[in-house]
Amino acid sequence: MSYDSSTTLDSETKEAIDIDRTSGDFKFPERHKYDAGRGLNERTVDYISDVKKDPDWVREFRQKALKVFNEKPMPTNWATEDLNNIDFDIIRYYLSDGERPKRSWDEVPEEVLKTFDRLGIPEQERAFLAGVEAQYDSEAAYSNMKEELSKQGVIFVTSAEGLKEHEEIFRPYFGKVIPTGDNKFSALNSAVFSGGSFIYIPKGVKLKQPLQAYFRINSENFGQFERTLIIADEGSEVMYMEGCTAPKFETATLHSAVVELVALKGAKIQYVTVQNWSSNVFNLVTKRGLAMEDAEVRWIDCNIGSRLTMKYPGVIMKGERARGEVISIALANSGQHQDTGAKMIHAANNTTSNVVSKSISVGEGRSTYRGQVHIPKHLKGCKNNTECDALLINTKSRTDTYPAITVKGNDHATQHEASVSQVSEEMLFYMQQRGIDEGHAMSLAVNGFINDLVREFPMEYSVELKRLIDLEMEGSVG
Amino acid sequence: MSNVLEQPLSILESSPETAADFPAWFRDRQAAAWSRFQDTPAPTRRDETWRFSSIKQLDFSGYSTAIEVPEDTGSLIERSQGLESRSARFIFVNDTLIEIESKLPEAVICLPLAEALLTHGDLVKEHFMQQETRLGSAKWAALHEAQLTNGLFVHVPDNVEVEGTIEVYHWIAGEKSAVFPHTLIVTGANAKVRVIDYFKSENEEDAGLCLAFNDLYAGPGSKLDYLAIQAVNENSKVLSINETGVARDATAKSFVLNVGASWARNESLSRLDGEGSRSDMLSVSIPARTQEYDQRTFQHHVSPGAYSDLLYKNTLYDKARTIFSGLIFVDEGAHRTDAYQTCRNLFMSSDAEANSMPGLEINADDVKCSHGSTSSQIADEEIFYLQARGIDPVRARQLIARGFSVEVIERLEDEKVEALVLGFVDEKFARIATGGA
Repeated sequence: MSYDSSTTLDSETKEAIDIDRTSGDFKFPERHKYDAGRGLNERTVDYISDVKKDPDWVREFRQKALKVFNEKPMPTNWATEDLNNIDFDIIRYYLSDGERPKRSWDEVPEEVLKTFDRLGIPEQERAFLAGVEAQYDSEAAYSNMKEELSKQGVIFVTSAEGLKEHEEIFRPYFGKVIPTGDNKFSALNSAVFSGGSFIYIPKGVKLKQPLQAYFRINSENFGQFERTLIIADEGSEVMYMEGCTAPKFETATLHSAVVELVALKGAKIQYVTVQNWSSNVFNLVTKRGLAMEDAEVRWIDCNIGSRLTMKYPGVIMKGERARGEVISIALANSGQHQDTGAKMIHAANNTTSNVVSKSISVGEGRSTYRGQVHIPKHLKGCKNNTECDALLINTKSRTDTYPAITVKGNDHATQHEASVSQVSEEMLFYMQQRGIDEGHAMSLAVNGFINDLVREFPMEYSVELKRLIDLEMEGSVG
Repeated sequence: MSNVLEQPLSILESSPETAADFPAWFRDRQAAAWSRFQDTPAPTRRDETWRFSSIKQLDFSGYSTAIEVPEDTGSLIERSQGLESRSARFIFVNDTLIEIESKLPEAVICLPLAEALLTHGDLVKEHFMQQETRLGSAKWAALHEAQLTNGLFVHVPDNVEVEGTIEVYHWIAGEKSAVFPHTLIVTGANAKVRVIDYFKSENEEDAGLCLAFNDLYAGPGSKLDYLAIQAVNENSKVLSINETGVARDATAKSFVLNVGASWARNESLSRLDGEGSRSDMLSVSIPARTQEYDQRTFQHHVSPGAYSDLLYKNTLYDKARTIFSGLIFVDEGAHRTDAYQTCRNLFMSSDAEANSMPGLEINADDVKCSHGSTSSQIADEEIFYLQARGIDPVRARQLIARGFSVEVIERLEDEKVEALVLGFVDEKFARIATGGA
């Protein structure tokens, strides 16, 4: 195609990417009171338990998980060999200033406040959020929620506070949706987890505004391992949003979260992620929701940054008529591999699931869709729909699709469709003819490609997303 | 020396005995293949190419190539009836040639492989198993290469179009008998040929094993049609590996019918080597009872401007199980690729299981690729529609299932060949209707 025939365009593409990254590309000097040092062994885990004053059951849970992590091989039999470039011995597993999360931005240390200010968090909180948690390296620096919500019995605290103060609700679900041994990185998280949110929405409470968490890595060679558990009690509704950034470091950084969602009878959880890690972050995340009778779990996921993202949000539909959904947008630029997908486990009659995934590969970027749909045989009336569309922008862009669908029994319907395409010259020509320059035309075409998914994001995010995509696309065309 | 062993050596134990008059290169290839077979570890469940597979089916111990050919071969020749207008017919029993007839033009080389190795050694050498087996069965391809003793070699020279069809019968006879059918077809520029391989068992009981390999080379502008009719008995296992290379402006069409076997695995790879090349990969599978079909496919777009289209359909009865894993792989620089892949599963029972893994790996832009996979049952409305026209529900279901397969079979674009394949399909439906598989 004409628009990428010269190599100079690629450097322009690169420039465009750089422009976008700057919003998160800054750092402050490290000031940590607690530092677990480099590398991972039983002592590291003990150190974390000591600093966090873990109850005994958590301490045991961590040590067991460490064993599982050490025993499990890297999943390179199906995943990329790039995983072998993670050096677990130079990573720092716990860094904190030892302060409790603050309820007011005024009390947050100046540098941390500046960080989140630059990222626009306090402003967003005032504008449209019901509560915010802001995590800086291992621990939350800020955690607050609108007062009327606590009166209704809503709990929104860090996971550490959750497991200590609300053990009776926390413990029965913790590690149950995603067992330690689910995969190597869920085991790693279980051994060294720190930060993340615990949320409980009482029966019938429907949150009108979303809760938000923001994850920030400030230190080099750092591993961030937050752990989030959200329980929506019968008939309740909640939307949770998370954002992530890190500055550009010379060396690789690891982010490995575990997120468990439990939607009890008739409850609704929407979990929105906008991941914009810098391109040296390994982002290896396990996310899964449990949906009971008539409940609904939706994962709305946007992956723009990171070096390698491996993330396959899942829903186990355990109650009749439960519903699971994954809406996913991935944008892979040069030096990036977005390996994302969805896992839909039907475990009750008349459960339905929907997966819509759109990926865009720019420059030498690579995007991969991996999916699993499982419908066992004793069930009736299960339905799955999966659509994955990939858009390739440049000649060296790459995309893969690897779904796996298992259906037993004849009373189900599944359909899977995928397509790969590029922006056609006719489309660009059409717009150019009407006075739109090629760059804008390309941007319009790409935005058109993901438009129906962008609408699924909350308003504020969708505006932001469109802007991000515009920036990323700038200069990718001649 | 006396033979103290009652049991003949199994195919896993007996090193190859290359016939003395075969060329040295072939002997070397067989010896090398044998050590490669021994050195290659057996697949495990962790291998992506064996995901969802029943690894236990790969126990090939106890099968032997030393099973005698039955004395009464006449009845087997009698039962080797396919198309009326065939241009040649070859009949093998346990890899031993028992019948040959040919009306082919003189320019066409169509010989048992054992003979071709002697008379056209260099031509065979040029094409014989040149590709790496990449869909999981490298070990079994090596075993095949080491143990094969015969097969068919077809070479159609430039600008020769073969009228009619070359038919090859591979009969398996005797308990624990193993066969290694090999089919190598090469077409020159603008040539045309159609070959049908039939895989069948001498009786309904004896458990046999068929490790087949077929290598197809469609030269520039040529047309190559290949059909494999797998109808062995229900106690036998089949593993077949297909490799197809398609040159500039050539069209290769391969079709696999699975109605027999307790377990069958097909690995099909199509490599689009030239501009304007086209590959149609088609399959119809109708498993019933506890039959299991495991199909792995690979559409490899090496050249820009090529077209591939895959359509696989499974109709699953009883406790049948199918696995489909397909990959469209577009090399860097293979622009203007058109590649399609569709697998459809029709469920006729609540105990059946279908696994689908339709995959894409695209390393070029300016491509049109899509894949789709669906699983469903016949809708009540469809049955009702036919019932309203006086067709009973059992018959209605049969008709719809038949129509489901016909969509693939019609792509063969030859009425007589379509009728032949439909004959096998109807026979299978009839067996299912009477409680068999």
